[in-house]
Amino acid sequence: MYRRGRKLRLAMVLLATTFAACTHARSGGHASRPSFDLIQRGRYLVTLGDCTACHADPTRSDSPFGGGRPVETPFGKIVAPNITPDRETGIGNWTAQQFDDAVRRGRRRDGKRLYPAMPFPYYARMSAADVGAIFAFLNTVQPRHHAVAADRLPFPFSIRANMIFWDWLYYRRGEWRPSPGRSAAWNRGSYLVLGAGHCGACHTPKTFLGGDEHSHDLQGYALDGWFAPDLTDDRAHGLAAWTTADIAGYLETGHNRFEAASGPMAEEVKDSSSAMSEQDLTAIATYLKGQESVSQRFTALSPDNPMMVAGGAIYRDTCSACHKIDGSGVPYLIPNLAGSAAIASRDPTTMLRVILHGAASVATRDEPTGPQMPSYAWQLDDVQVAAVATYVRNSWGHAAAAVSESAARAARHASSTAAR
Amino acid sequence: MTRRLPHKDVVIVGLGWTGSILANELTDAGLDVIAIERGPWRNTATDYPPTYAQDELRYRIRHELFLQPAQTTFTFRNKMSETALPIRNWGAFMPPNGVGGGGVHWNAETWRFLPTDFELRTHLTKRYGAHFLPADMTIQDWGVTYAELEPHYDRFEYLCGTSGQAGNLQGKILTGGNPFEGPRSRPYPNPPQAQPFSHTLFGQAARQLGYKPFPQPSGNLSQAYRNPLGVRQGPCSYCGFCEWFGCGNYSKASPQTTILPVLVRKSNFTARDQCEVTRINLDPSGRRATGVTFVDTAGQEWEQTADLVLLCAYTIFNVQLLMLSKIGQPYDPVANRGVIGRNFTHQTISDVVSFFDPKKFIFNPFIASGAIGMCIDEFNGDNFDHGPHGFVGGGYMGQVQTNGRPIETTPVPPGTPKWGAKWKQAVKENYLSATKPGTGVHGSMYSYRDVYLDLDSTYKDRLGRPLLRITMDFHDNELKQNRFLTDRFAEIFQAMGAQQMDKQYRRAPYDITDYQTTHLCGGAIMGNDPKTSALNRYLQSWDVPNLFVIGASAFPQNAGYNPTGTVAALAYWSAEAIRTHYLKNPGQLVHA
Amino acid sequence: MSDGIRRRDVLTGAALALVGSAAARAGVIKGELPWKPDEASPPPRVEPGAWQFFTSEELPAIEALADRIIPPDPQTPGGKDAGCVVFLDRQLAGPYGSAAGLYEQGPFIQGVEQQGAQSSKTPAQTYRTALQALDQYCRDGRGSGVPHGKRFAELAPDLQDQVMHGLENGGVQLPGLDAKQFFITLVKDVQDGFFADPMYGGNRDMCAWKMIGFPGARYDYRDWVSRHNERYPLPPVSIGGRAAWRPR
Repeated sequence: MYRRGRKLRLAMVLLATTFAACTHARSGGHASRPSFDLIQRGRYLVTLGDCTACHADPTRSDSPFGGGRPVETPFGKIVAPNITPDRETGIGNWTAQQFDDAVRRGRRRDGKRLYPAMPFPYYARMSAADVGAIFAFLNTVQPRHHAVAADRLPFPFSIRANMIFWDWLYYRRGEWRPSPGRSAAWNRGSYLVLGAGHCGACHTPKTFLGGDEHSHDLQGYALDGWFAPDLTDDRAHGLAAWTTADIAGYLETGHNRFEAASGPMAEEVKDSSSAMSEQDLTAIATYLKGQESVSQRFTALSPDNPMMVAGGAIYRDTCSACHKIDGSGVPYLIPNLAGSAAIASRDPTTMLRVILHGAASVATRDEPTGPQMPSYAWQLDDVQVAAVATYVRNSWGHAAAAVSESAARAARHASSTAAR
Repeated sequence: MTRRLPHKDVVIVGLGWTGSILANELTDAGLDVIAIERGPWRNTATDYPPTYAQDELRYRIRHELFLQPAQTTFTFRNKMSETALPIRNWGAFMPPNGVGGGGVHWNAETWRFLPTDFELRTHLTKRYGAHFLPADMTIQDWGVTYAELEPHYDRFEYLCGTSGQAGNLQGKILTGGNPFEGPRSRPYPNPPQAQPFSHTLFGQAARQLGYKPFPQPSGNLSQAYRNPLGVRQGPCSYCGFCEWFGCGNYSKASPQTTILPVLVRKSNFTARDQCEVTRINLDPSGRRATGVTFVDTAGQEWEQTADLVLLCAYTIFNVQLLMLSKIGQPYDPVANRGVIGRNFTHQTISDVVSFFDPKKFIFNPFIASGAIGMCIDEFNGDNFDHGPHGFVGGGYMGQVQTNGRPIETTPVPPGTPKWGAKWKQAVKENYLSATKPGTGVHGSMYSYRDVYLDLDSTYKDRLGRPLLRITMDFHDNELKQNRFLTDRFAEIFQAMGAQQMDKQYRRAPYDITDYQTTHLCGGAIMGNDPKTSALNRYLQSWDVPNLFVIGASAFPQNAGYNPTGTVAALAYWSAEAIRTHYLKNPGQLVHA
Repeated sequence: MSDGIRRRDVLTGAALALVGSAAARAGVIKGELPWKPDEASPPPRVEPGAWQFFTSEELPAIEALADRIIPPDPQTPGGKDAGCVVFLDRQLAGPYGSAAGLYEQGPFIQGVEQQGAQSSKTPAQTYRTALQALDQYCRDGRGSGVPHGKRFAELAPDLQDQVMHGLENGGVQLPGLDAKQFFITLVKDVQDGFFADPMYGGNRDMCAWKMIGFPGARYDYRDWVSRHNERYPLPPVSIGGRAAWRPR
């Protein structure tokens, strides 16, 4: 059932190579034959970085790096390129340096700037050795001749030169450096979260230009009709109730005693974190548990607030079938609403979306069940959706402002558009 | 024009319990498996979510989850001398449809048959003498023993998370369980469900009368459970919308909640829904199946070739496909020859509806699950001496009431008009304080020479194929059995304090409009002799060795229990034979 | 779902089409459980409004029948006010009325009772014939004490009951149909409407459920299963909700 043995060995190789001053990086992908270890390390790093999330060809099931997927950004669609070693349409003619420049500096081969849909501001934290390993691995995948259509950004974002300004604002060069006073696990977690794992790409609030608000690192952000929750140890909105094992287990299997991953996080689990080593998962969890944050707490709404009364009736009459009357759910199957990060979030986007449109949680090897939440869009109107969301967000230790009818209406419209 | 699909190792006809079990076992063995299902894919959250699963009119009255007679049906008559007429709307039984099959809308009553049930003719003859059995009774031994099936019962119970109390653990009789059950190697994986008020009272009354009541083994889970495949289920919420309905909160064992999540992830498994297999194809020798032909919803015909064909449809559809594919010799009741269609059986069901003092009893009948209840097994199988009674067979009985759904379960005392002010008043007064177990007496039905299946010469299905013809009536043995059991059952309700009782004995003639159970059995039975059985002890066709026919169609006669536990145990038993014997040396596993 | 076909495609429904394209409309399931957002097939909510099946000629009779099958009493409305006729109207205008899904191939031969109904008529056709024949029967003044020239709805309640008992026991025959069988169906249909979820037009305000103490579409009694002999405290709820679901 479990792959502990293999993962453990792989992890030991990784830890050894990452922390040692690695000299394996080669100057060119084809110049010399990279070692098996290097390729395997590259393969693992590609998983850590979840490259296929964007670079897979959406029309071909056998082409995880063929490119062509349009990636939604606040500015328009950006199409991910082909990163197979095809000489004409992929990276077959690239040098390791050119590849490194793209991954860590956001520069194309012609020197022009990449849009930050490519999370190079995160990848910049990776070591040269790791990027070299990725390059070595990508050069071993099946080349695919697949010319990818250009970006379709509206003016002025269509002008790549604008990215000079963006880079100046948000891009910081420089590899990640360990913090001496911290444990090896914390440091490894930091490297993964800030680097290849690029967790902040979804979970850190963005400025109006799409750059990270570093003063609120990992404190949650709404995108693509979902809200990526606060990953800090914040008691009101973050993961304070989750132990290190809860976080690591969630990343590995998509499920823990509180939560089930759906939407974009389900994809992340499926393609990336479910294949990470246990050490790396624990490292990420250790790092996240160390992210202290204390946000202002709301006072829970009074139980006799009309929205609470109506929401409580709806909850009791329908939601309790699965989540139980006390919100505790069923561990690893039905989310425990008391400990759910989606409920605790400052922003109810995810919750409204899931109530209205339903959700399928991820199925993984260790947690294959993949339970699903039914859609309530047909059953509850906007004020009822708002009422039940308000009730849940003010029960079992949660406290939040009432969800408005208009927010529910917006979620009904917005997420049904995004879902199509 | 028929289009051909790429060859597979195994093609499975029907993706219900048996199809899912076989597919999982054989994909584990590395085989490339395709399952072809007539009905649609079904999913908890999108097909029967707890937002609208509890719709009595839609699911119970209008039969939404079942096959529609317009797709195909059967013809029926009581006697060979009569003209069979088509079943235009379902009644006596409900053929399932769709992925998960009957596992979607069953009660989840998860029983084992008694050890003596598998060696029935030998056992009864030995105890009572051959003359004790009616001359036209055609009961047989199964060719497999309880001891051989025990590990497979065990696997199914642990797959489902069956909730119950062991009564015989490795030969040791345990208090609170069924002392008559065969020895089990392990306890049930989960403790019994909580029992509502009337069910609890029934248990107490039965104990006072000297019986040994026990909770019905239930696939509605008493607590959260993770099965050996890693699939999780939640605890049953006693919603009272179980059988006839899909379960909205992952708490009833079904292929969906136990196997399919793992099965669909396998790269060597494919399922096709909305495709109806029309025949099994044979090579020119007639001794080897080459695959199946099916039609999709657009009417396009396809051929799927495979090395191994597994027939896993609902019992009598298995029989029909064998007949339409001309596999095996059709049964001829006059000449008493042939095997396909013989030993067809159903169940002998009756009920006692009881009325209690509304001022003293609030039963809240709507709080229940599909397999809830307290039962006794003193009158099942050969657990009691039949000598003085002049019949064989028996059944369990219990307060197994599954619901208080008001269209179905608003009983009124005998003598109440069926409509009008008195009816309305009686409904109102008795709803909370009446008991209506439903299938309270769950009796066996043994096989007879003149109860059988063949093809109808008049009526056709939508594809122009002849309908299967059912010739079925109750025989005196079953009617005597039912009278005896129903009277014993009523005594327990009397002891509970019932003021009034409606003893609804099972009566002849067999009525196709009156729902009894969906436990049709036989027609392609297993056994040791190819002259009297269609399948060998591994459910392998005697005639076409690369064809296995899995299901209650293999039961030589029906016992006094719900069949699913035994059907699933046979599926695991057959899968093991395929994995450990057949694959190494494909061919006939038993040489008669 | 096969490798590389991704959740995002599933969200758009593309994946099933992609892998299923080989087999016309029949679906191929592989790799992942199929799922789409918003997927649900709830029952359509019956809205009050124009009659869809019954004609103005038929309505008085069917309303009177509904009120004799379920007469009003001080606590609970009768069949008519409970919406049973609305229920029946929408059912007869829908799949039930047209016998959708039932086996309708001939030949139609009358068999014995235990072989089930063998009529080639749909429920809609049967109701149409029966209601007209019932009024005609009454106008003809054929029952004992039934005055000449009055339609069923115009008879006094006890005379209506008398005619209905005649239908029930076979004493009253109607041309063109099996009146006894029709009456069984009618009683069943009206009572079905009384007890079905109010979404279907009957059981108005869950009056039938309130009458008997059935809590309706609730799905969780884990807190009450072991509370023996105690009245369940919560009011009924419909698939369409209840008044308390709306903030006041």
